[in-house]
Amino acid sequence: MLQILRSDKTVRWTLFGFFVLAIAGNFMPTWVQNNLMFGMARGLAVLGLMVLWRTGLISFGHALYFGIGAYAVALADKHFGVSDIFVRLILAMGAAGFVGLCLGFILRKYRSIFFAMLSLAFSMVLYGVLVKVEALGSTDGFSVSATSILGWTPESKYTLFCAIIVACATSACMVQYYLKTGLGALTTAIRDNELRVEYLGYSVAKAIHFKYIISAALAGASGAMMAMALGQVDPDSMVNWTVSGELVFITVMAGPGSVIAPFIGGVVFEFLRTYAFELAPHAWQLIVGGTLLAIIFFLPMGLWSLLERIWVRKGSSS
Amino acid sequence: MRKQFTYKALRSAAIASAVAAAAMTGATAQAKDTIKVGVVSFLTGPAAGPFGVPGKNGAELIIDAINKGELPAPYNTKGFAGATMDPVYTDEAGGNSKQVAEYRNLVEKQNVDALIGYISSGSCMAMAPVAEELQKLTIMSVCGTPRLFEEKLRSVVFRTQGNAVGDSIAAARYMTEMFPDLKTYTGINQNYAWGQDSWKFYSLAMAKLDPASKASSNPQFPKIFSGQYSAEISTLSLDKAKVVHSSFWDGDIEAFVLQALVRGFFEDKKFVSVVGASAVDSLGKKFPKGVVMGTRGPYGLLTRFDRSRPLNNWFVDSYKARYGVYPTGPSYQYAKAVLYYKLGMDKAAAMAGKFPTQDEVVAALKGMEFESFGGSVKMALGGGHQAIHEVGYGITTWDKEKKAPSATDVKFYSAECINPPEGTLAADWLEQGMPGAKC
Repeated sequence: MLQILRSDKTVRWTLFGFFVLAIAGNFMPTWVQNNLMFGMARGLAVLGLMVLWRTGLISFGHALYFGIGAYAVALADKHFGVSDIFVRLILAMGAAGFVGLCLGFILRKYRSIFFAMLSLAFSMVLYGVLVKVEALGSTDGFSVSATSILGWTPESKYTLFCAIIVACATSACMVQYYLKTGLGALTTAIRDNELRVEYLGYSVAKAIHFKYIISAALAGASGAMMAMALGQVDPDSMVNWTVSGELVFITVMAGPGSVIAPFIGGVVFEFLRTYAFELAPHAWQLIVGGTLLAIIFFLPMGLWSLLERIWVRKGSSS
Repeated sequence: MRKQFTYKALRSAAIASAVAAAAMTGATAQAKDTIKVGVVSFLTGPAAGPFGVPGKNGAELIIDAINKGELPAPYNTKGFAGATMDPVYTDEAGGNSKQVAEYRNLVEKQNVDALIGYISSGSCMAMAPVAEELQKLTIMSVCGTPRLFEEKLRSVVFRTQGNAVGDSIAAARYMTEMFPDLKTYTGINQNYAWGQDSWKFYSLAMAKLDPASKASSNPQFPKIFSGQYSAEISTLSLDKAKVVHSSFWDGDIEAFVLQALVRGFFEDKKFVSVVGASAVDSLGKKFPKGVVMGTRGPYGLLTRFDRSRPLNNWFVDSYKARYGVYPTGPSYQYAKAVLYYKLGMDKAAAMAGKFPTQDEVVAALKGMEFESFGGSVKMALGGGHQAIHEVGYGITTWDKEKKAPSATDVKFYSAECINPPEGTLAADWLEQGMPGAKC
């Protein structure tokens, strides 16, 4: 495993990029740090969606896992006072992964629009439950207490910022490794010709199920980090279908090109929304939607393809 | 000559470094020409039309007037401690977590000096911990859940609007006095802090004021902003209870009234609306007569043509002239919060003898009593952070002469009649039978 990771160019670039960002974060104003944290956290869920997308599957219901992760953190905090970042992340990923495992048995049988709509339906079930039940905070949600690391509660948000970066870097490398393994290499093969993959002796259903669990666990971790970074959870910004929509939006905007793309997409989305909100408080949704349209028209393979193009041009000219 | 030059250079260097030091530590002790204040209300979504935009308009109107020094005496001093306010209007829609992110942006990116606003109780509950974390003065203008100050005392958060306890007890008092024969009641409230608390305190108060009254076992709690209520209307119609209590606000109250109206709901049931007056104005003649209607304070429908005093007259007239409609509850409530901020700034500046720091403003705001548009406001609860004021109810009717909606049998209950004394939890106070209530 280490051999593959060490020889992989993407892994090296990912680690280098995240390392630079962690250092640079120390010199940034708090609001930039905050936006980067939100963008990274969302990027993690998008990373999971990208794995599914490469298989040709789009889930319109990943807010389910995002929400489970966020609520796992909030409920554990409220009832048991859990504030340790590792416990919180493990709880969130475990809960989301487990639900992903269960629902995967049903969802792995469906493709295209049926897959998308069925996952949407499951996420809206959770939304309905959260909104109705007063013990789960109904539409108000809960606030989440500050995060500690092994018993130490840091003063500034910078520690959490670094922790989120470490988690994102690790996940990105793990996914990159997974895509290089035999099972991971099936990803595009399934999209291109499912029947042939079956003839080769692999179980398509199992491969999809496994990817689904990975993406669920990643979305769970993503929700947990969002809850910690924000200090608040509520169904409308964590579980509603609009959240799934945002995740798909970022996936399309970022493009499936690389494991780094989701994080770039997440951060771009966060800044785009911040500025749209500031410049046009009455019509900020219009700016956000317009940008996506422009990207689909001019960069069908997402923002990543733009970087790739710049890269290739540089390479050929020198 | 040369000596003088060095002295001048030294002096300007000293001033520059002092300014830089002050800027770096974030201290704002020196006089300022402008202050930046975030004004948050619903600008998109179902709460924008009936609440967010009228609220923003109310704030806009009074901010402009204060900046120009055009308010009637004794509020006619210019600016906030002399400084002009530069408001940053922000949208409250999109969920609590998004609002927390926006709050951080306003404080850390836009560097606002204070925040005024928030309509939904959900927003207020979510924003208070962030305000405390960032230590930024935040004056909440509309939201009503008593949990805001009962769960925790806050250091930089204030609320100029009375909470759901007063609104609910006043409603219960009005119903037991005006309709003593109607003993059974049910409710339809939104399933979040405000709706849950409104129903809770209304039932508690009814149980104390009229022990023979009986609550339905099946009150309805639909989701906020859901907009479709046919199932709930059927359930309520089948319920034997005569009275239906509701704390619906935003577009929900209009949707509910329109959907219930066509089914003859208001002929069968006595409907008590805690805060639906915005729908009375927007639906006009279509709004059913005979509904018991509250405004959460001495303004809007209940006091439109009385309570003649300079500030109130100025507000109603200028609002009508500028926006073409009468101000509704949220307009007064936002204007009241801005007025409160001005009074606090001016008082702190007078006490400090210079442009005040946030700590000085907080100290000045704490426990203040002031004359607002229709009546006086006392910051009496939550350690001087939570307002109490009178609350009234009336019965809706249509004024043929003025061609405007109006109310009959208007009754106001004094602040001390409907609010617990400082230090007592509202639920405990009701449980004990409201000792010390001055009515």
